[in-house]
Order: sequence, then C-alpha cells, then structure tokens
Amino acid sequence: MNVVNSYVGQPIERIEDLRLLRGRGQFVDDLHLDGMLHAAVLRSSIPHGRIIRLDTTAARVLPGVAAVITAAEIGDPVPTIPLRLVPMSDLVPYEQPVIANGKVRYVGEPIAVVVAESAAIAEDALELIAVEIETLPPCVDTRSAAANQSLLFEETGTNLALTYTTVLGDADAAFAAATTDEYYIRRERFDTQRHTATTMETRGLIGAWDSERQHLTVYGAAKVPFASRGMLAKQIGLPESAVDLIEGDVGGGFGMRGEFYPEDFLIPFAARHLDRPVKWIEDRREHLLTCNHAREFDCDLELLCRRDGTILAVRGRINGNIGAYIRSNATIAPRNIAQFFSGPYRIPNIHIESTMLVTNKTPTGTYRGPGRFEGDFFRECLFDVVADDLGIDPVAFRRRNLITRDEMPAKLATITPVRQQEELDCGDYLQTLDRCLAEFHWVDKAKLKGRLIEGRYHGVGIGCFIEGGGVGPRENARMVLESDGSIAVYVGSAIVGQGLETVCVQIAADALEVPMERIRIFHGSTTYLHAGFGSFGSRSTVMGGSAIIDAAENLKKAIRTAAALRLNCAVDDVLLEAGMAKSPDGNVVGWTDLASENLRADGTFFCDRRTYGYGAHAAHVAVDPGTGHVEVVDYVAVGDVGRIINPMALRGQIVGAIVQGLGSTFLEHLVYDEDGQLLTGSLADYLLPTAIDYPNIRVFDQEEYPSPNNPLGAKGAGEGGIIPVGGVIANAIASAIGVQPKSLPLSPSRVWELMNP
Amino acid sequence: MNVAFDINGQPVEVQVEPRTTLADCIRHDLRLTGTHVGCAHGTCGACTVIVDGDAVRSCLILAVQMQHAKIVTVEGISNDDALTPLQAAFRKHFALQCGFCTPGILITAHALLTEEPNASEDRIRDVLSGSICRCTGYIPIVQAVLEARAAYQVQARSAAA
Amino acid sequence: MKLPRFEYASPTTVQEAVALLAASNGTAKPLAGGQSLVPILAFRLAAPSLLVDLRRIAGLDTIAIDDAGVHLGARVRWCDIEADARLATAHPLLAAAVTHVAHYAIRKRGTVGGSLAHADPAAELPGIAIACDAELTLVGPSGRRSVPAEAFFLGPLTTALAPDELITQIRLPPWPSARRWGFQEFARRRGDFALAGVAAFYDLDSAGHAANSHIGVIGVDDRPRRLTAAEAVLNGRTVDANAITATAEMAARIVDPPDDIHGTARYRRALLATLVERALTGAPAKA
Repeated sequence: MNVVNSYVGQPIERIEDLRLLRGRGQFVDDLHLDGMLHAAVLRSSIPHGRIIRLDTTAARVLPGVAAVITAAEIGDPVPTIPLRLVPMSDLVPYEQPVIANGKVRYVGEPIAVVVAESAAIAEDALELIAVEIETLPPCVDTRSAAANQSLLFEETGTNLALTYTTVLGDADAAFAAATTDEYYIRRERFDTQRHTATTMETRGLIGAWDSERQHLTVYGAAKVPFASRGMLAKQIGLPESAVDLIEGDVGGGFGMRGEFYPEDFLIPFAARHLDRPVKWIEDRREHLLTCNHAREFDCDLELLCRRDGTILAVRGRINGNIGAYIRSNATIAPRNIAQFFSGPYRIPNIHIESTMLVTNKTPTGTYRGPGRFEGDFFRECLFDVVADDLGIDPVAFRRRNLITRDEMPAKLATITPVRQQEELDCGDYLQTLDRCLAEFHWVDKAKLKGRLIEGRYHGVGIGCFIEGGGVGPRENARMVLESDGSIAVYVGSAIVGQGLETVCVQIAADALEVPMERIRIFHGSTTYLHAGFGSFGSRSTVMGGSAIIDAAENLKKAIRTAAALRLNCAVDDVLLEAGMAKSPDGNVVGWTDLASENLRADGTFFCDRRTYGYGAHAAHVAVDPGTGHVEVVDYVAVGDVGRIINPMALRGQIVGAIVQGLGSTFLEHLVYDEDGQLLTGSLADYLLPTAIDYPNIRVFDQEEYPSPNNPLGAKGAGEGGIIPVGGVIANAIASAIGVQPKSLPLSPSRVWELMNP
Repeated sequence: MNVAFDINGQPVEVQVEPRTTLADCIRHDLRLTGTHVGCAHGTCGACTVIVDGDAVRSCLILAVQMQHAKIVTVEGISNDDALTPLQAAFRKHFALQCGFCTPGILITAHALLTEEPNASEDRIRDVLSGSICRCTGYIPIVQAVLEARAAYQVQARSAAA
Repeated sequence: MKLPRFEYASPTTVQEAVALLAASNGTAKPLAGGQSLVPILAFRLAAPSLLVDLRRIAGLDTIAIDDAGVHLGARVRWCDIEADARLATAHPLLAAAVTHVAHYAIRKRGTVGGSLAHADPAAELPGIAIACDAELTLVGPSGRRSVPAEAFFLGPLTTALAPDELITQIRLPPWPSARRWGFQEFARRRGDFALAGVAAFYDLDSAGHAANSHIGVIGVDDRPRRLTAAEAVLNGRTVDANAITATAEMAARIVDPPDDIHGTARYRRALLATLVERALTGAPAKA
C-alpha cells in the first residue's frame, strides 16, 4: 500500500481506550436530553393467545404517566418489521408487528408502552394495565411446530415458514450407487441449544422529535443504522431525510445488536406522539426475553464415504426453531447452516433441506458465526463418529477430506430459493491443520485419549473451519481535509465495540501517508454519509477499510490538483509526503494551507465475493467422573486471516470469540418449559463464562494467503474463533469418556449422564 | 429523602426516593456516567464502585444508605493528563473491547490491589470472576491486572515507609 | 428493573427496628446487606411498604468467640469472616464454607443474618448452621427467643422468622481442635449457588472410631438438612475407604433432590455421593 507509514500490521494501542478507560465513553443511557420522558414496555406473559381485553385506564391516570401506547394508538395497519437483506415474499406473513395486534405469539412480545416522568413510574404503571388473553396451545419445539396442530399464523396454514435446499452434485445418486462393502453409511442426529449474544450493554434508545423541523432523531443505533433508518422512515411515514440515527459508544454487538426490533419503532413513535424526547433502556430480563435468540437447530444427517474415509456425499435435514416471527435477519443462520455445512472439506455430493419453523418462543436472529457454529458442531461430531467406527485416526480422516490449495477457488453448494453459490477464495487448509497439530503437540497429547489420570479422564479433539467474511455489496467512506490539516474520515461501517475505530485510523493514515494523530474517524450515524451498510458478517475491516483506501486515493488526487495550481506544476508531478505537497523543483505547500479549498473526496468499495478465513482448533480436556466437570486443559487456535491490520485487536477478537464458544458449549442455554415460559431470565440462571473458567487458550494467527478480493488483502476475522469450538470440545470429551456427545450444552449433569446412561 | 455523602473527594447532597439505587443516583442524579449498569440484579459487576474502601455493587445498594459514606467511581481513579498504571496496562494488553464492563473491572482491580498488593494470579482470577466481560475472554484482563500489580506494590511499600 | 416504591427507616436500636416491623402489619422487611433482597425487589417479586435498615444498630457486626462457641452478629459480612484469623481454628468448617459464597464484591456486603433469613436451599451458611446444630437468636416485640437451626429452616425461602422479628445472631457450638472435617461444594461456576454441597465432621472416640458425626447438605432438598441415617453408617466405624463409600451411598439414597435446569435429580444424587466421599476423604488430613 505505501512505505512511509506502516501502521497496518502493527499492534497499535486503541484510540477508543482513552475515553473508555476513564469512564468517558458515551453509551446511549449516558445521554440526557432536556424534558426527556422514560418508557417501559408491557410484555406478554403468555406464549400464545388472543388479546381479549386491554385496559390501560388505571395506568394512564397514575401521576407522572404521560401516555400509554397500544396498537390502537399506532393505528391500522400496525407496521411490521421486514427482512433487512434479501426480501422474500413467502416470509412476509411471518413478519413481526411492532406491537402485538390481536394475537401474542411469545412471552415478551410488546403489548403496550408506558411513557412517564421516570423509568420507575413507568414500571409502576405497567402493573396497573389489565390484560386478558385467551390462551392457545403453544408450540415450543420443532416437532410440535411441524405437526401444525397449533398454528401461529392461521392464514398461512403452516408453521413451516421456509425450506432452504442446498445442492451440490447428486447426493441421492451417490447413496443409491453405494451398494457394496467398499462404502460406509452413517446416519446421526445432533442438536444445538437456544442461546444468544448477551451483550453487556443492553439495548437502549432515545427518540427525539423536532416538530418545527419535522425531524426525528434516534440515539442508540448500531450495526446497520442506514438500513434501520430506511425501515423506520417507511413505518412512521417520513422521508428518510427527515430521520437520523445516531451511533455512540456501543457495548457489544455480536450480530444481535442493531437489528430492527419493535422498540426501534415504538420509542421514536412515542417521542413524536408526545413531542418530547423519550428514553428506553432495556433491562436485563427484557434483554434475555426479547433480543434475538439464536442457535436452536436439530439435524438428521447421513454421511456416505469409502472405507478409507473419503467422503462421497452428505444428505439430510436440518430444522431451525426460529421463534415466533421472522425478524430482520432470521434467514441467515438457517441458510448458513446448510450452505456452509461442508466447511473446508471436499464433499462432492450434498443435498440438505434446512427448515425455518415458527414456534412460540422469542424470535431469532444472528449470533456471531450464525449457522456456522451449529453446522460445525454437527459436521465435526459426525466425522468423529464415522472415523471412530471405521478405525481411522480423526486427523487422518480430516486430512483426507480437506480441500487442497490446488483446488482453489473451490465452489460450495448452491442454495435455493436464493440461488446463491459461493466459492472459497484461497488458502492452504492442510497447512493450518498441521500448524495446529504442531503447536498443540498433538502426537504426545493424543496418547492421553481415554486415560484416567489422578481421577480424571483425558481426551483431545480437533476440528477445521472456514469463516465467511467481507459480506458485500458495498461500503462508503468520505474524507475531508480540515482547516488544521487533519483529515476527518466518515465511514459507513458501524462500531460495535470491536476496536474498529483504531483499525480504520491505521488504514487511513497509511493510505494518506500521514501520522495517525492527524486522522479522526466518524462512523455509523446517518448524518455523515448518504448511505452506509454497517457491520455484520465480519465485513467492517474488509469493506469499510477498502472504502477508506478508495477515498484516500481520491483525496490525494484532490490535494495534488489543488497543490499543482499553487506550485505551478503538473498534477502528476506533485509529490505527497508527510502531510506536505512538493513540486519537482522543491517548492512545498502544506495540507493545512490547502484546507481552505474545501477539499473532500468520497470513496466506495464494491465486492460481491466474500473472503474466507480458515484454520484449525484443538482441545485437551479432563473430565471428572464424579461431578461431570470438564476442564479445558489446553486450547489451541490457528487461523489464517489474510492481511492482519492490528494483531492485538485480532487476537482480542479470536480469544473473545473462543471464550464465547466455550460458553455456548458448556454453559449458555435459554431454557423454556413445555408451556413456553423462559426459565432463564436472569444472569443468575443464564450462565456466562467468567474469568476463572477458561484460562488456557493459545492463539496463533497468520497471514499467508491475503484475499484476492479486496485491496487490503484482508479477510473477515470476527467470527472464526467461535465457529469450531462446540465440535472440537464435544470430540475431545468423546475421546476422554468414550461416548460421543450429540447435544449442547455439555453441562456437568449432561456429561455425567453420558457416562452413566 | 435527603442524603449526603462524599464522591470522588467531593461532598454532595442529593434528594432521592428511597427506592433509588446507588447506581442510578450516581449515573442519573450526579451524572457520573462512567459507572455502568449491566444487569441491575448484582450478577455482572459493571456497576461496581468503592464504598468506604470496599468494592461493592452499586445496583444492590440504596442511595439513602450512603449517608456519610465515601464513594469512589471510575472517574475518581482517572486523571486528565495521563492514564494510571492500571489503565495503561489495560490499554497495552487490549484488555477491553466495547468498554462497557471496564469501569467495574477497573474499580474491582483497584480495590483488590489496594487492599492486597501481592494478590496472586489465582486470587486475581477469583476476584475478577465476579465481573462479566463478554468481549475479551478475560485473558488480557488478567494479564493487565498482573502487570499493574507492581505499581500498587510500590505504592504500598512507600506508604509503609 | 426499577425497584417498587417503599419507605425507608434506619433505626439505631433493635427495639426500634422491631417496633417498626411490628407496626407495619407484616408489610415491612429488614434490610441488612441487601445482596438477596434488592435483586428480589428489582424483579418486583416482593413489594414491602417499608425497609428497616439495620446499618445503624450497634453491636450486630461483631464476631465473638468464647466457651459457648462462635457468635456471629447478624450484620457480620462474609469478608469479616474471611478476615478473622481466629476462625481458622475456632471454626475451620465455617471459614472454609464462606470462601464459596458468591463473589468478592458481594462478600463485602452480604451478611450472615441476610443469608439465614433468605434461606436459599443451596446457600452455604444455612448448611453450616444445620450441620453444626447452630442456634439462632431472634428478637420480636415480645422479646428474645432462641431457635435451633433445625427448627428454623422450613422450606425454600421459608423460615420460622416471624414478620416482626429480627435475627440478631447465630451461635455455632464450640469446635474441638481434634475434630475431623471437610467441606465440598460443586457449582456450575465459581460463586454460583451449589448444585450440591456437603459440610461434614466427626470426632474420634478412644478406639479411633468415628463418633458424633454430622453431615449437613445443601442444594439437594428444599432446605439444608442433616443426613442422620448416613451419619449412623459412619459412627462407630474406622473411617476407611469402605466406611466412606458406605456413608456416601447412604447419603445418596436418602435425599430427594430436585430436577431443574442445571441438573437432573439422578445426577444430583450421584454428585452428592461424590461430595460426601470427598469431604470425608479429605477430613483426616486437616487439623
């Protein structure tokens, strides 16, 4: 890129930290607007039923209450929340109304919003609202949903909202042809449990209506502010230009935050309705009850291979329990789980049906590595079951089936109805496997398999993965040369606490060949750019970073052009160096001197080809047969992410993701009872990993295969850490206790039950 | 009710309802928004502040219980000019990402190392297990606290001398 | 999760506090450290009219050790017990159990009286109280009464404490220095409520056999309880591997553990056997 600076690739300390470490961040609940009111949401306590009566009289007259908003105040038709990315007409009937309208379909569904002088008074008023609901039988699992005995949406006649079909080659023909002893077929069922991102900052919003300007401002945006603005403007009946979404500091995203939720309409609506700013800060119970849930899938899969372990085909069905409505990104996990089922492996024939079944649980969306964590668990467990049965070493089995460097780019299966076929861009999957084995000391540790040492059984597991990133189609950036010679960089990528601000500064400073201190980043908010695409699918660095490079090239052109006039030389002869413009004869003009010319440049990056990071993880576990406790004695992660922008920020992403994955594997579970009530509505019941649980993680990052799909050579890296964890740990436990886990989470009780059937 | 206490060295007097938690009082009445509320039921540690020398959950304390108390929040262990050794160690080790849990963890580490400047790695992990961080996986946090420990040991030695 | 509206008082004497409770007709609640009560209020699972804060009442925060045993005032905090070096010999079982209570910041506020009054079936101190034949002092409008721990815990979050009574102290009987003991607890994560826990001790008679054995368990029933049938298996025997296994098997047989989101009843029963075994196996090694 350039030689003057080389911030890219360095462990540059984060700019964000200076405010965050001193309590000077600005999260949405830190904002206070004059005259601000506070909202609380009345939520259904019934998973499935019809609202017979809703009486808000007593709440409305409680001193301090400004308004109670129900479907009646919003008017007919109550807006619904559309899919954010690819619209699908089949799914429209399943969209969530912004407030319950006649029917309730999950515990936690908004029924009314109270707006009051304080949050406490608003909550007091919730207790005064009388709701009568005629209950209907709830569907809580995919089996009861598929039976269609109780329909969530009577008008569609089915709880099966959509089936994705993923095809490569001809799996049925391959199975039909496998008639001799040379072939081996194994059919298995696995499942993963409902859990979610659980960011430490809950969601929150402030809506502010300027009646004079007829302008709506919403604070608390994240991830995809431009898309959310489009949805809100349409629902509320304003032009997009009359709506702004503002992003401040954001306390974690992980795919959950920033999607469009009912409150993203209700709070701005309340502000406009009352002509006063309205704040709503989600509480933790609401968070667990109403934020997008994720990961509840079960499968019935069949694998065909030769007796030497060469995989020939996989076919079967994966069921997604997607909750009560199709939310804005509900399709991502059910799509990914089938489309990327093959991961880094060569599976020549694939036929997988992946269903989206609606149930009376909280609607689902994405959580870091959506569909990939679950699919990798299914695949890696299935591989170990097969390898074990065939007497093949698990490493040898994987080595035989990994796609080689020479097969790149390699086509993945085609998924319908979206008719999408992806292609793995580049890489040497065998090399990361080998490095992982070496760093882990696999040869020595594999000898521990099944051994009882000081009262605990030891085992090892390994798995390989790919991580799709750099999701298109586009990102925008703008650079403005300010009067003090600094450069303001506006980028459409959103910051969700991942350190992107620093990464963007590194890229911009290198591209402009100026010191980092001269760059200031403005991100996310819709006030900065005409359009932006946001932060999802491990895209921010790849797409936002590439847009910054384009903007930098354009700004440099503008500076050269302006400087050429001052220096009396040809534009092409102007040399830019350390914030100065020089002519061939040695005359110099500072950028500061050019700032009066209002120099600015836009940049954009378009790409419809994703990047694929990849790697391998290995784990060594020790299982206490008396308690079912599993200690992760050692965990090694090797990943190749193309170009590394900031190695410390990258490591943070990987270690953090692995620990989240260990939480997914051992602890986290949104448990519902058979009546559709959530039993884990506090952080005393929904268990997150703590500092004491998983201290032994070793991460090795490399950048051997830069992506050919963008000027940085970067690949997405925010999700890879979490993707293989469930499968690797389950296989390590199987190696220790001799029984293959097939369900998550692997709680002590579950592990003990496996050992004591 | 009226309650008077000392926060970050400043005497303050506030009028609060008995039901107002110390966390809400600090954030919304005193507008010291560095202290964050992550769960409001005592499980996440984001709201941890120091009361009379002890690291405690401000979401589980009523503001009216704080009459005459001495309270320290993240703002009280920060300077305008430079990061403290503890903060600098957090920055160096990338011990924060979104930064939401960070004030509670800094306060807890500060209270612990002030009280026990020789705390072992195990002790540090044990104490930090009361604070939830969703971003970092904790490993860099423990490294940062271990590194900052030396500065507290120096301080303890000079206080003793 | 804002707390419901209530009044607040911070009396300076036990008598005043009790009078306030009595005057409320059962709608007031005492407030000590608040580490259990405030979350309950945050979830609006209770709506007391008045909180009677005990923080200004003198004398409730002392740990006294004398011939009658260890006396813990109701407002003694977990961190006070941790910091009291005398307890390592005066009551090592208590000292060991308290290290399992919640986390650092909670231990700076959480109190003995609060834990006993809250009576979580998986909490440590109620288990110690039951295992050690502790005696609670309760003060009400009609005066002071002593209640043995066995009669105090009635069910999950249910005790013999009347709405107008305060716990002022708990006494743990004296601890002979030669006593053998062990404490074992297993939770999903450090500081969580126990899936099961065991506080066990026994003395040795002149023949070197176990005598006076006490096995208290938490997390496996609707309240902390002593497993007298398991104690009977141990008493009079040489404490060897066979005796320990037999005791652990009996313990698992006689409990009726719950089936909940963190573990099956079958698992908890087996876990209890493991913990009894480990508590007794470790016991002789410690002074």
